[in-house]
Amino acid sequence: MSAEHTAEHLQQQVRVYFIVFLSLMVLTVVTVAVSRLHLPVGGAIAVALVVASVKGLLVAGIFMHLFHDKFPFIFKVLIFSVIFFIVMIGLFMFGYFDTFASERAILEAPALEEHH
Amino acid sequence: MEIPYDHENHPVTGVYNAKLGIWLFLASEVLFFGALFSTYILLRIGAGGVAGAWPHGADLLNIPLATINTVILITSSLTMVMAWASLKLGRFSKFQIYFAVTILLALAFLVIKGFEYGEEFAHGRYPSTSTYLAVYFTMTGVHGLHILLGVVVNVYHLFSAKAIYAENSERMINRIEVAGLYWHFVDLVWIFLFPVLYLL
Repeated sequence: MSAEHTAEHLQQQVRVYFIVFLSLMVLTVVTVAVSRLHLPVGGAIAVALVVASVKGLLVAGIFMHLFHDKFPFIFKVLIFSVIFFIVMIGLFMFGYFDTFASERAILEAPALEEHH
Repeated sequence: MEIPYDHENHPVTGVYNAKLGIWLFLASEVLFFGALFSTYILLRIGAGGVAGAWPHGADLLNIPLATINTVILITSSLTMVMAWASLKLGRFSKFQIYFAVTILLALAFLVIKGFEYGEEFAHGRYPSTSTYLAVYFTMTGVHGLHILLGVVVNVYHLFSAKAIYAENSERMINRIEVAGLYWHFVDLVWIFLFPVLYLL
């Protein structure tokens, strides 16, 4: 690739950076606007996380050059990070729905008897 | 002594060593912030059954200030990538302007965050007040420390750039790329922190 070609490619990239910047701004407005609609908790969380994920993808893919660099080693490293992150959340969830749930049931039992 | 592969790509990894290093560091940062986010999820679900145990962020925090901070960080990501592109295109003075603006935006973020914290403290809201506020101060505090670290590194780069660029331009371009990767990651974390802590 010649030096001019590289410069031309970079000029194109600069335009993409500004488009991504505007998209991120619009998505920020969308995030705040949706939060004012007072959606049910589940819907609000889903919309907020989907919008945040799209924004994150734009930053990682374009600004951090992940879409452009094609650097397989980094993807392998990041996949491990993502897997461990999912496992970490999964362990918390299993712990919560197992021990905490049963403890809560025990704690709530006397209160139910008093009520009746 | 010449440091190997500091500006040319390593034949095994396909990138220069600093880029490999920063990506490995960022992979560990994903897990660091991942642990904080999973703690948040567990505590929030745990408080779900108790009325008022997990307040709505908008009832306690300053949404307009946090939105301005989001805009500031996103803009700083643009100026950072433009600083790198300017350097790559050989426009050193433009690089200096974009890079200086990035640093100023980061400082503006920290000042606004300081105002936000001051507002919370004035209302008697501290990390010890509730689980929600403990999570809020921990996550935003750790993120703020990352911003501060980025400012320190970027200020060093701003003042050392001219000499290093004159000696070996490719080395300086790579340094800014590495600093940029860190900076975009910090922006990325805030993109998730903002809705999770303030809006949900």
